[in-house]
Amino acid sequence: MTRLDVENLWVKFPTRNGIFDAVRGVSFSLGEERLGIVGESGSGKSMTGRAILRLIRKPGQVTANHISLDGEDLLKLSERKMRSVRGQHISMIMQDPKFSLNPVMTVGEQMMESYTLQVKGPRFQAKDKVLEMLDAVAIRDPGRVFNAYPHELSGGMGQRVMIAMMLIPDPDILIADEPTSALDVSVQMQVLNILDKLVRDRGMGLIFISHDLNLVSSFCDRVLIMYAGRIVEACAADKLHEAKHPYTQGLLKSLPRLDSPQERLEVLDRDPAWAETDSVSGVT
Amino acid sequence: MSGIILEKLNVWFDTPETRVDAVKNVSLRVEQGESVGLVGESGSGKSTILRALTGLVPTWSGAMEVAGEKLGRQRSRHFYKKVQMVFQDPYASLHPRHSVDQVLSETLRLHGFNEIDRRISNLLTDVGLGPSFRFRYPHQLSGGQRQRVAIARALAPEPEILLLDEPTSALDVSVQAEILNLLVDLRQEHHLTYLMVSHDLAVVGHMCQQIAVMQLGEIVEIMPVAEMRELKPKHSYSRHLLESSLGYKRADD
Amino acid sequence: MSLLNTPQGNQPRWRSWLLTDTPTSRNHARVASLYQGWLSFRGNSMAMFGLIILVLLVLIAIFAPLLAPHDPFVQDLANRLKPLATDGHILGTDSLGRDILSRLIYGARITLYIVILVALIAPVAGLFVGTVAGYVGGWVDTILMRITDIFLAFPRLVLALAFVAALGAGIENAVIAISLTAWPPYARIARAETLTIRNSDYISAVKLQGAGPFRIITRHIWPLCISSLIVRVTLDMAGIILAAAGLGFLGLGAQPPSPEWGAMISEGRKFILDYWWVATLPGLAIFLVSLAFNLLGDGLRDVLDPKDDGS
Repeated sequence: MTRLDVENLWVKFPTRNGIFDAVRGVSFSLGEERLGIVGESGSGKSMTGRAILRLIRKPGQVTANHISLDGEDLLKLSERKMRSVRGQHISMIMQDPKFSLNPVMTVGEQMMESYTLQVKGPRFQAKDKVLEMLDAVAIRDPGRVFNAYPHELSGGMGQRVMIAMMLIPDPDILIADEPTSALDVSVQMQVLNILDKLVRDRGMGLIFISHDLNLVSSFCDRVLIMYAGRIVEACAADKLHEAKHPYTQGLLKSLPRLDSPQERLEVLDRDPAWAETDSVSGVT
Repeated sequence: MSGIILEKLNVWFDTPETRVDAVKNVSLRVEQGESVGLVGESGSGKSTILRALTGLVPTWSGAMEVAGEKLGRQRSRHFYKKVQMVFQDPYASLHPRHSVDQVLSETLRLHGFNEIDRRISNLLTDVGLGPSFRFRYPHQLSGGQRQRVAIARALAPEPEILLLDEPTSALDVSVQAEILNLLVDLRQEHHLTYLMVSHDLAVVGHMCQQIAVMQLGEIVEIMPVAEMRELKPKHSYSRHLLESSLGYKRADD
Repeated sequence: MSLLNTPQGNQPRWRSWLLTDTPTSRNHARVASLYQGWLSFRGNSMAMFGLIILVLLVLIAIFAPLLAPHDPFVQDLANRLKPLATDGHILGTDSLGRDILSRLIYGARITLYIVILVALIAPVAGLFVGTVAGYVGGWVDTILMRITDIFLAFPRLVLALAFVAALGAGIENAVIAISLTAWPPYARIARAETLTIRNSDYISAVKLQGAGPFRIITRHIWPLCISSLIVRVTLDMAGIILAAAGLGFLGLGAQPPSPEWGAMISEGRKFILDYWWVATLPGLAIFLVSLAFNLLGDGLRDVLDPKDDGS
């Protein structure tokens, strides 16, 4: 079942030397699945995630034929309606929890605030719900974390709090922009486990934006590979290693591998034609 | 002759309330011409060892010896001619208002070299940047190009030992491959000794012959790279790190 | 950004030479980065307005003898307190019959003199104290910052009054007094900047080349502090002009018959009800120049402060 459908998405930034297209005509759909978007810095993967939520800052512009959530075009909504979409239907997790949590409020206060904003229930109920959420993201001592300030949390803990906070409204879609790249590998696995469970238990759609090909191929169901603002390849995640596009192949080969040592790593030879060929459709 | 010898090294940071022990009782030997990797998660103390070696952290005890020279509290200019370091984040390790030319010529002058012009163009060629990059400012360079400039700066004094603090973790994978290749080439050409810190086991496995695994300030295991490639480290923490680095495994399968 | 490398179609050659990302010599790089700063400054029309006023002020000060219709010191008691647009005195005359326009024009010189001297003394002293305190740290930091605190604890004008009272009235002493009261905020800013710069990787990197503290402070920390100080100085300039005018008004700055704007207001005060222009016109001049400095400071902040680059 398709929840989100994006057709011909462009993100443009006017600069002193003309218009810079960060995303150029991207189309894809998302069902109840883990969709990975991979690419290098500047490929437009983060901009794509932000554009869906209309979080591109001025003077940047978002255009698309449509960005439909369950049939409703998000581009046609008023800013007020969009805010409620952001709260209730689509949530986003950023790379670094430090910049997303308010440093002078306790974790509990912040989470209760976002709960009461969305659900408008009584406060005692909010507290129960918040503790339940903290528990759901595998925080061992929810009571302590509830009363802690963000700086008292470790990176992995902070990221789990962010996830818990984004889950309070029970969103249909979660956009995670490099949610684990600031974390150590072992913590990374815990966070991924939580996300994985949410997709399976709640039927949530997940857009997982990352630069880590191995991680995406082992974690996601489907992968879009972006290059220079376009999708150059769309494939099933477990088939990523059989990818056809020379860019994807080049990226995979440039990774050092533990199991097969090589003298030199292959260096990606960028073909200017890659940036010019039309975007591949990521619609299923 | 050995490159680096650390014996019972302890490094700590004094804060007003407490003392944080970042490195505990670490002993490590890096032979000349060898390449050794230090791996571990953040806070394991791996970068702190490099900072103590270079004199950036003065609070340490134990013994450190580099290229036959016992290290005290102060580092001489002679020391910095032998030992150089490449930092993790090329966006933070270049002065934002200094052009490539200024960075390199200042370094060369500090070490008392002549023929600055010729040396700068040689250095730029060595790290795979043409002479056209000489007068650019950091904001006119990509991440990979910046890291090449940082490597050129580290090579300028013609050191014997290069300390690499996660030199590619801020870069894209395709750029990482270029920088790692460059570092391999430079090691051969200049007969360098590497001590490399990284959280990425694949990168360390590619670059190094010996790997030391660190956890909470201690070295838990030192093994040759072949042992790691066969996925049979002895210590449980090393095994755990190795498994995590191989990609995501679904909890139920 | 790949975009900046794209060829610029229909631009004159000098412009693409200045906008290049691949400068070919030391001077080329310097000129190009200046030009790019100028371009982003030029985009701010309010700042340009401020700059134009200040350029005019400088030109007026330089060419004062040519521009002034009368000698600013010649009294003509028969023609005292003439209103605006009197024949030969466009802006009227003051209580001693001196031409107000000419006095304003010559007053620009004094204003500039004060501004330049204070701008040379206060930020330099502040930069020096602040960076040394921030970089060296420890007891040096404590002593320098406590001294700064003592200066900050006095109201500026009161402290300046005390200095002038001790040193004697006069424009030079007023400048010294204002500078002495103006440096502590700059020291604070410079110290705060230094504390963040001190631990950055590029400072560590230059330490690893064996550079000593003197070189690190002057070559590596100063260039980064200077831009925020320049911004702060231009924004403070209005306050400095007003302080100078205030001292002049109180009779402790420029002495009569000097056409200092503050002193002119002070003289005109006695007649303000019947002859409003005598005090108002120098007031307008002070207002205009102060405003110009504020606008310029705002524009410079956008250009020099790389912190919010937007990218």
